[in-house]
Amino acid sequence: MSKASAALALLAALLIALPAFAGNYALSVATLILYFAYTGQAWNVMMGFAGQLSLGHALYVGVGAYAAGGLFFHYGIGPWAGLGLAIALCMALGLFIGFLAFRFRISGVYFALLTIAFAEFTRIGFDHLDWLGGPGGMFLKVAQRDSWDLANFRGPPLMYYYAILFLCGAALALCNLLLKSKAGYYWQAIRENEEAAQALGINTFRWKMLAVAISSAMTAVSGVFFAFYYNNLFPEQIFHISRSIEIILGPVIGGVGTLFGPILGAAVLTLLSDGITDGLAALGWEIPGIKQVFYGVVLLAVVMYLPNGIWPPLARLFRLK
Amino acid sequence: MSFDLVANVVVAGVLTGLLYGLMALGLSVIFGVVRVVNFAHGEMMTVAMYAATVLFAELGLDPFVCVLPVAAAFFVFGYVLQRGLINPFITRPEHSQFMLLVAVAIVLVNALLMVFGPSARNVQVDYQLESFEIGKILVDKARLYAAGAAIASAVGLFMFFKKTKTGKAIRACADNHLGALVVGLDVKHLYALTFGLGAVCVAVAGCAMVLLVDVTPPLGPAYTLLAFVIVIVGGLGSMPGALLGGVLIGVSEALGGLLVAPSAKGMFSFGLLILVLLFRPQGLLGKKT
Repeated sequence: MSKASAALALLAALLIALPAFAGNYALSVATLILYFAYTGQAWNVMMGFAGQLSLGHALYVGVGAYAAGGLFFHYGIGPWAGLGLAIALCMALGLFIGFLAFRFRISGVYFALLTIAFAEFTRIGFDHLDWLGGPGGMFLKVAQRDSWDLANFRGPPLMYYYAILFLCGAALALCNLLLKSKAGYYWQAIRENEEAAQALGINTFRWKMLAVAISSAMTAVSGVFFAFYYNNLFPEQIFHISRSIEIILGPVIGGVGTLFGPILGAAVLTLLSDGITDGLAALGWEIPGIKQVFYGVVLLAVVMYLPNGIWPPLARLFRLK
Repeated sequence: MSFDLVANVVVAGVLTGLLYGLMALGLSVIFGVVRVVNFAHGEMMTVAMYAATVLFAELGLDPFVCVLPVAAAFFVFGYVLQRGLINPFITRPEHSQFMLLVAVAIVLVNALLMVFGPSARNVQVDYQLESFEIGKILVDKARLYAAGAAIASAVGLFMFFKKTKTGKAIRACADNHLGALVVGLDVKHLYALTFGLGAVCVAVAGCAMVLLVDVTPPLGPAYTLLAFVIVIVGGLGSMPGALLGGVLIGVSEALGGLLVAPSAKGMFSFGLLILVLLFRPQGLLGKKT
C-alpha cells in the first residue's frame, strides 16, 4: 500500500467515524464541505482534465435540483426517478452547449462566457416559470426527519452526511479511473495543446463532448442532493453566477486538475469562511460585507502566491505523489 | 401600443445604450491590449457611481463635474492595479486570471457594502426631471447629456489611439507583444496605461449613470455581466463594436421591458449573446482571429 492510499484510507475512516463525535453544527459544516468537494470534482473533469473552462456550472446544479424537486413537488415521485431525469436533462443540456461551442470552435474566454450566458438565461427563464414556483421559490415538503426513508431520500442530517460522503468517495474513485484511462490521457493532451492533440489523430470534438457529458451528469447529482437537503429552491440563488464561482473556488484553490485539490479546496474555503465569521463575531466587528472582504483578500493572496493551488506543494512536502 | 410609445422607448434605449457602450469600451480596450478579461469591471463601475453620489452629497458637485476627479483617481487606480496585481498574471492560464479578478471584485463590492450599507443611493439635480420635446418624442435631458458624454469620451479615446505616439505604441503591443518588446517599448508601462484608460471609461460612464439609476452594491456583478454581453456582441477588442453592442443591448432591454416584462429584459440580452456567439463568435464588428 502506498503512502497516498494509506493517507486516503485514514481520511475515509475519520470521515466515516466523524458523526460519532461531532455535534449537529459540525456535521452540517462537514456536509457542506463534502457537497462542494463533490461538485468541484465534477467541474474539475471538464476544466482540470480536459481544459474546458465552464463558469456556468450552477446551470446543471439548478436544472438537476428543479428536475427532481419538480417531480417530487408536483407528482410525489421520489428522487430516484428524479435522479434519472436530472442526469438525462443535464447531460442533454451539457451536450447541447458543448455541441454548439465545439462545432463553432468556441474556446477559452469565449467558451467561458457562453457558459455564463446559458446559466443566466436559464436563471431569468426560471424566474418566469410559475409552474416551478418562479421567483417566490419552490418548497419541498419535509414529512419527517426521524428515520431513514431512503426511497424518498428523507431523514435526519446524518443520512445526508453519509449520502454526500458516499458521493464524494464515488466521484474520487471515478475520477481516479478516468484520469488513468485512455479518455484521461486524451483529455490531458487536449488540455495541454489541442492542435497537437488533433495532429496526433485524436478526435478532439468527441473527447471534449465526453468530458462535458460526464461533468454535467455528475453535477446533476449534486443538484438533486441540494434540492432534498435544503428543500427550498430559488432561481436567484441556485442559478446565480456567484454559485458558479463558489463551485469552482474549491478546485482552483485546491489545485485544478488534481484529484485531491477539489476536496482540500472545499475544506479550506468552508472552514476559512466559518473561521472568519467566528473571528469577527468574537471581535464584535459585525458589519455587513466585512466577512467577504477578508475572504476576498485571502483568496487574492492564495491565487497570487500559490498559482497551482494548495495541494501540489503539500503533496510534494509529504511526498504523496 | 402606440408607435409613439415604442419610439420613445427606443430613443431612451439608444441613449442609455451609449452609456453601457462606454462602460463596455473600457473592458474591450483592456482585453484587446492586455488580453485579460476584467471580471471586476462592473464593480469598478459601481465604485465610480458611489464616488459621484458622495461628491454630490458632500460638495454639491454636479455628476458631470465629478467626472474629472473620479476619472483621475480611476486612472491611477487602474494603472496601479495592472502594474502591481495583474501584470504577473498575463502569462498564467485564464482560470487563474479569472480567480484573481473575482477576488478583486469580491473585495470591491463588499467594501462598498461595508461603507455605504445595502440601501440605494442617488443624486438629485434639476435637469433630471426636464426633457426636450422633438415632435412627439420626449428626450430626458439627463439621458441626452449622459449619452453626449459617452460619445465625447469614446471619440477622445479613439483619437488617442489613432493620433498620439503613445496610442500607436499601445496598439503595437496589442498587435504583437514580442515585436513590441523587441523594438524596445516599455510594455509593462503601456499595459498599465491601457488599464488606466479602461478605468477612465468606467469612471465617466459611472458618474453619468447615477443620473439615470440608483446605485446599490449588487449592481456591480450585474454590470460586469452586462459589459461582457456587450463586448461579445460587438466584438471583443473592437472599439466601435463596443458602442454598437451597447446600443443594441440598450434597445433590446428597453423593448424587452416594454413588450414582455421588465424583469425578463435580461433574457433578451443573454439570448442575443448566445446567438452572436454561435453564428458570429468574433462579434458583429470583430475581426476573425
